[in-house]
Amino acid sequence: MRDIVEICDRLVELVGARAEAEASSSAGRSALTRFANSFIHQNVAGDHLGARLRVSVGGRVASVGTDRPDDAGLERLVERALAAAEMRAVDPEWPGLAPPAPAPRTHSYDEHTHYADPAQRAQVVRRFVDAGPELRGAGFCDSNGSLSAYANSLGQRLTGRTSSATIEAIHRTAASDGRGWQSSSRLSDIDGDAAGRTAAEKARRGDDLVDVEPGRYEVVLEPSCLANMLEFLRDGFNARTFEEGRSFVELGQAQLDRAVTIWDDATDPRAISRGFDGEGTPKRRVDLVDKGVPTALCHDRRTAAKAGTESTGHGLGGGHSGGIATNLFMAPGERRPEELVASVERGLLVTEFWYTRILDPKTQVVTGLTRNGTFLIEGGQVVGGVPNLRFTQSYVDALRAGNVLGVGNDARLFDGTYHVPTIRLASWNFTGGAKG
Amino acid sequence: MFDLAEAAVEGALAAGATYADARAMVTSTEGLSARNGVLEGLSQNESAGVGVRALIGSSWGFFATPDPSVAAARAAGEQAAAVARASGLVAGPPMQLADVGAAQDHWDSGWDEHPFEVSLSERGDLLVNVTGTMKAVDGVGVASAYMHAWDTRKWFVSSQGHRISQHLVECGASMEATAVGETETQRRSYGGIGGIWGTRGYEMIRGADLAGNAQRVGEEAVQLLGAPECPSGTTDLILGREQLALQIHESVGHAIELDRILGWEAAFAGTSFLELGQLGTMRYGSELMNITADATLPGALGSFGYDDEGTPAQRVDIVKDGVWVGVLSGRDSAHAAGLPPGGMVRGEGWNRLPMVRMTNVGLLPGESSLEEIIAATDDGIYMETNRSWSIDDKRLNFQFGCEVGYEVKNGTLGRMLRNPTYTGITPRFWASLDMLGGPDEWVFWGTPNCGKGQPQQYGHTGHPAVPGRFRGVRVGVRGR
Repeated sequence: MRDIVEICDRLVELVGARAEAEASSSAGRSALTRFANSFIHQNVAGDHLGARLRVSVGGRVASVGTDRPDDAGLERLVERALAAAEMRAVDPEWPGLAPPAPAPRTHSYDEHTHYADPAQRAQVVRRFVDAGPELRGAGFCDSNGSLSAYANSLGQRLTGRTSSATIEAIHRTAASDGRGWQSSSRLSDIDGDAAGRTAAEKARRGDDLVDVEPGRYEVVLEPSCLANMLEFLRDGFNARTFEEGRSFVELGQAQLDRAVTIWDDATDPRAISRGFDGEGTPKRRVDLVDKGVPTALCHDRRTAAKAGTESTGHGLGGGHSGGIATNLFMAPGERRPEELVASVERGLLVTEFWYTRILDPKTQVVTGLTRNGTFLIEGGQVVGGVPNLRFTQSYVDALRAGNVLGVGNDARLFDGTYHVPTIRLASWNFTGGAKG
Repeated sequence: MFDLAEAAVEGALAAGATYADARAMVTSTEGLSARNGVLEGLSQNESAGVGVRALIGSSWGFFATPDPSVAAARAAGEQAAAVARASGLVAGPPMQLADVGAAQDHWDSGWDEHPFEVSLSERGDLLVNVTGTMKAVDGVGVASAYMHAWDTRKWFVSSQGHRISQHLVECGASMEATAVGETETQRRSYGGIGGIWGTRGYEMIRGADLAGNAQRVGEEAVQLLGAPECPSGTTDLILGREQLALQIHESVGHAIELDRILGWEAAFAGTSFLELGQLGTMRYGSELMNITADATLPGALGSFGYDDEGTPAQRVDIVKDGVWVGVLSGRDSAHAAGLPPGGMVRGEGWNRLPMVRMTNVGLLPGESSLEEIIAATDDGIYMETNRSWSIDDKRLNFQFGCEVGYEVKNGTLGRMLRNPTYTGITPRFWASLDMLGGPDEWVFWGTPNCGKGQPQQYGHTGHPAVPGRFRGVRVGVRGR
């Protein structure tokens, strides 16, 4: 298949002086091994190769894409882009293309993961399943690799590469499910046995269910829950959302607890990212919350131009999405997760949130359910599993001053995007359960 | 393109697959979006490739390539078999397929006006105008609108002799206005999730009258900011037909997917509260509840000629007079359950493994009009247009938020209510259905973004629906 750098250069060359042009191209392989009822039932892999072209003809902007980047396909792409741009009105806020600038080095590529053999993923699954021989295992192990290139008519030319691997899976008893997961840029880091033991232990521990009434409970939320919270909260730090008045963020105000410090940093060795965004802007670290005080926003070129600042390298490439944080970190605390549980007199330990939906971006009220391991804590001890509960809770209120009672020292990468710890909160609003 | 699919199947068989099939596909998509009276996004994409499934033992192996050469397609078939063989390290009982005839056919979805043949300027002007109208309403902070169209050609070949080509044209449009208040935002939309989407041409968007609804949508968004909050309690709930479409999708459509019932989706999408032993006897809802999965409805978003396993589109009874009688299935899941194959397996594109998908899962109409339902209600709330949706992994406990609610007192629609939500348990909720809109109210809503599977795929599903009344429902669940 065609080289992605050559594709980008060719597209910019074909546009020539007729327009400002930026071209991006990516190629890679995605593979995922899926299992249920303790055996592999779906095992998929595929190669991809695609190219996108955005042109601006005097501020008339259009974007087109293809996954057929042969000579004829590229020529057709250019003509389609120019024809589409001619149909457009001038965009008064067109910020122009990214100027030439080097991108920071990132650390998230492993060739062995990119080209991993299906037998390697099957081995990870084997170890996960073997960790719960009397249980039913279900989930997936994936391995992915991607190479990307960017070029524009101002001379900006960049390349990047990433890889990732994950196991996310459950063990099941007749009455309960328990989850284990690991995420890394390297498949060799993924320990199927450790993830399987975690899942099996949770499933067994939850098998003896204790019913609790909905209401407000103190909670210890494991890292995947906090990752889910940041998935919604990050929209508030998008400069576009902020500018439109839809964000909860009040810059400079002590909105959150002092224990909450959040930043975005693609250059951290623990992150999975290339060094530039979809607009060819080098990525830079943005400190979003410092000891409970929101301090900055993420920008793309459009929001930055409007705000009189520089893009932070968080554009997706379409030019209208604003700045989206994709490598979020929350500062860990000093206490082990077991200590956080031990300090709860009566409350709930939650493994995972599920099917969360936001009711309003400004209040950050979200409804969702617990899943794959919810436990009752009494006297600092886990005393049994709890059926899944529904909650309706403002994520901003959950992190307000006084509600954060402790932060764990166990921060780790979830979903390739969120590096987050366990957290203990004074109150969480559970509004329903399996009985209604 | 048949030659690519054939080469892929041959490659898989030569590498040891006991069964193989392949889809070559060419898809063109176009999306337009406008914001605050300005055309903001214009995106066009072409995608082509071939994906091949190989069955060995207990597992499917799947490999996809964008390389449009016969050699690459054959190599993809060999890769698919190799991937399937690797599954043998964690093997289960052999997977088998329910029998279907080996069709050789062509099918076109049909359209009056192909969306790509309507000029970009005409389509763009529509979005610019409706967002301009909404934004001009005092108090509207953001007005947005978008439309999307797909032109998909498929060539399917199987090792059992299938040879089917299809051409589908789909499109849809949506618009929304957001009013920004001191402490919260309010949204009103037209179309969107569960909205104006179909396997039809641009004539559907013309008929939807976005322009005629833009002013109302903007005004209602602003009115909501000043409306009283939906009260908390238990009351009679009347759902508009668009919201009922979403209710069907979440609390019926996913629950009846046979792969979920068999545990194949347990780790992500989840399982189901339904158990196969209850099929034919379990009461799903009141006697007014009649649900079908019908892939033959002309123009509905979940319609097609053949599914992605080559099984002909069909109509299947799912709930009859309130009793659960049917499932959504494919050849593998149907064989495992000892049921006839439903022809409900589709993949998002050439690079995704097909899986059980809703077709047009909808409610057959009753006898009442919305006006009659309201007139027959002494004390209740009418809710319209979905704003948020959440349901547990067994499809039992749900909580939905709507954009707007209205008090119903003594048979009359009263004050507007903001932040209306309701929650319930699936069979209990459907058992409380006691009035249903009639044939005149029947609309084929579409959902273009149904997520399922790993890697996640987005499916196009249809949901015929009418308004309905449910007794004694918990409403007004709050988070603050």
